[in-house]
Amino acid sequence: MNIHEYQAAELFKQYNIPVPESALAANLEEAISFAEKTGFPVVLKAQVLTGGRGKAGGIKKANNIQELKDAFDKIMGMDIKGFKVKKLLIVKALEIAKEIYLGITTDNLSGDIVCIASSQGGVDIEDTAQKFPDKIFKLYIGAHNPEFTDFLKPVFDKTEDRVIAAQVLSKLLKLFKENDCTLIEINPFVKEKNGTYTAADAKINFDDNALFRHPGISALRDLEMEDADEVLARDCGLSFVKLEGEIGCIVNGAGLAMATMDVIKNLGGKPLNFLDVGGSSNPGKVINAFKIIIKNPGLKAILINIFGGITRCDDVANGLIEAYNQLKIDIPIVVRLTGTNEARAKELLSEKGINTYTSMKEAVEKVVGLQGNL
Amino acid sequence: MSILINENTKVLVQGITGRDGLFHTGQMLEYGTKVVGGVTPGKGGQSACGLPVFNKMKEAVEATGADASVIFVPAFYAKDAVMEASYSGVKIIVCITEGIPLLDMIEAIKIIKEKGITLIGPNCPGMISPGKCKIGIMPGRIHAPGNIGVISRSGTLTYEVVYNLTINGLGQSTCVGIGGDPVIGTRFIDLLNLFMNDKDTKGIVIVGEIGGQDEQAAGEYIKSSVRKPVVAFIAGKTAPMDKRMGHAGAIISGKNNTAGAKTEALKAAGVSVVDFPWEIPGVMKELINLKMR
Repeated sequence: MNIHEYQAAELFKQYNIPVPESALAANLEEAISFAEKTGFPVVLKAQVLTGGRGKAGGIKKANNIQELKDAFDKIMGMDIKGFKVKKLLIVKALEIAKEIYLGITTDNLSGDIVCIASSQGGVDIEDTAQKFPDKIFKLYIGAHNPEFTDFLKPVFDKTEDRVIAAQVLSKLLKLFKENDCTLIEINPFVKEKNGTYTAADAKINFDDNALFRHPGISALRDLEMEDADEVLARDCGLSFVKLEGEIGCIVNGAGLAMATMDVIKNLGGKPLNFLDVGGSSNPGKVINAFKIIIKNPGLKAILINIFGGITRCDDVANGLIEAYNQLKIDIPIVVRLTGTNEARAKELLSEKGINTYTSMKEAVEKVVGLQGNL
Repeated sequence: MSILINENTKVLVQGITGRDGLFHTGQMLEYGTKVVGGVTPGKGGQSACGLPVFNKMKEAVEATGADASVIFVPAFYAKDAVMEASYSGVKIIVCITEGIPLLDMIEAIKIIKEKGITLIGPNCPGMISPGKCKIGIMPGRIHAPGNIGVISRSGTLTYEVVYNLTINGLGQSTCVGIGGDPVIGTRFIDLLNLFMNDKDTKGIVIVGEIGGQDEQAAGEYIKSSVRKPVVAFIAGKTAPMDKRMGHAGAIISGKNNTAGAKTEALKAAGVSVVDFPWEIPGVMKELINLKMR
């Protein structure tokens, strides 16, 4: 789960990590009143759950009321990578002397938490990592308490700066562990001209699997930032991702669901979605899957691809029959079922006049062919 | 032969009295796996599927001589179950449970490594040496004994691949579902090494997917150390990339996490990467025949 910068900054504050003075501005008046209180220049920042806000024009500095007005009108409501800006954060501008990158994440290969630091903070950090890997420093946490001041030696020349950054990193690590984060990032960690350090941006991602033990964090979820169908799917216990396409997919298992989309594409078709009904045998899930998919205007055919293990094919068949009864389905459906209780499922479906396939290859070829004929 | 588990492997089921644990204990027994008992705290002294239930793993191992355990406990308790198993004397732990918090696994895996134990999973279908031993939830009947080693990050996609191998006359030495989570106990390279040293494994199938950079690590290892045919399928070519925030993931893995990058890396290592799962048996047969010529 992702949260907004303003929410992450709030968490930073709770852990005594220095953040700039800021406020959420719902309208221009609030933005002006903040700027008059703290003084210009200020920075307006779009609050959307995606990276690259700055490059998309979602972050603007204002030196006076007119500039603030222009920036506010431009950013509020703008579209950044498909997200409409509905919240604006206004921040007192910092006098930047130096930009540092500080981050903590998990590393799959080592199965460990890793801290990352670079003296080359800012928007181009990924390019820096590619072109100058020697400018990026990583510390694997391991079993012991890490020595951050030693780790930060190549990033800061002065001992006093190193000590400050080490304290911030150790607070970040505490925040990371106590809240089941998967990523925390301060980019940039700014050294101001007066020598003080401030976290000029705040990013935090959380582990969805651990939200059950952090109700306070779960409550930070911004549902407006998510696709309504994807939210509905999650509430139904389905995993669903929308693509631009024509063939709706209902599959059990994430790997098989991805492979199904790939195979459709490889054969010249356009998959409409990723949908994993999961391992359960609840016919209700199949009905919900249909409800979510048939709403999509581009839909031309549906492929059901089930390899029964824990999932029982007859339960899926019952769900499918129920969906036919409940919903008006007037597009072609291709059904592939194999595995647990396959024979019973095929019997049920053939009673209803629904043909089934045993082979994934034949089913996908059929559904892609159907699409071509429409 | 097979790797890790065989007809002599004695298995304990952690969470044997739960709905899934009980059902799959029955399925494993039916397949011929030597399940020797189970553990559910507070239910020691009862029996399940005709097997003794113990309160603690250590007790259970002492009483039964088990050398492997399989975990079906809910995500909330899974870390404790892995930890308990790692101190009990078993050498192999298979964790089926999905949805385990990442930091729990990071903690548990430190102990696993310290103890030199093999952990398969979590969030995996388990593993099977066909005709000998099944530890997990995969449908047994789609497998057949033979000479192909299968390593997969997926569940049902593994079944699809195995089913295609079997109906085309390619049985399996051992099939391992290593799990779909970011942090897992056993990786492609660990198993490639075991299959490389198993004289009855004549070819290896890898089923990968988007995320992480394990396939790249596998590619490097195959290039340097694997002298058996390897065929791969990578799922997720059409999957949209995460609505990503932050740079740390990209700093760690570069652009390695896409299906395209993984496919390229494996091809560069001499692996045959197929576009369709059903092409695997044909390509594998060709490669094995070439090698035998």
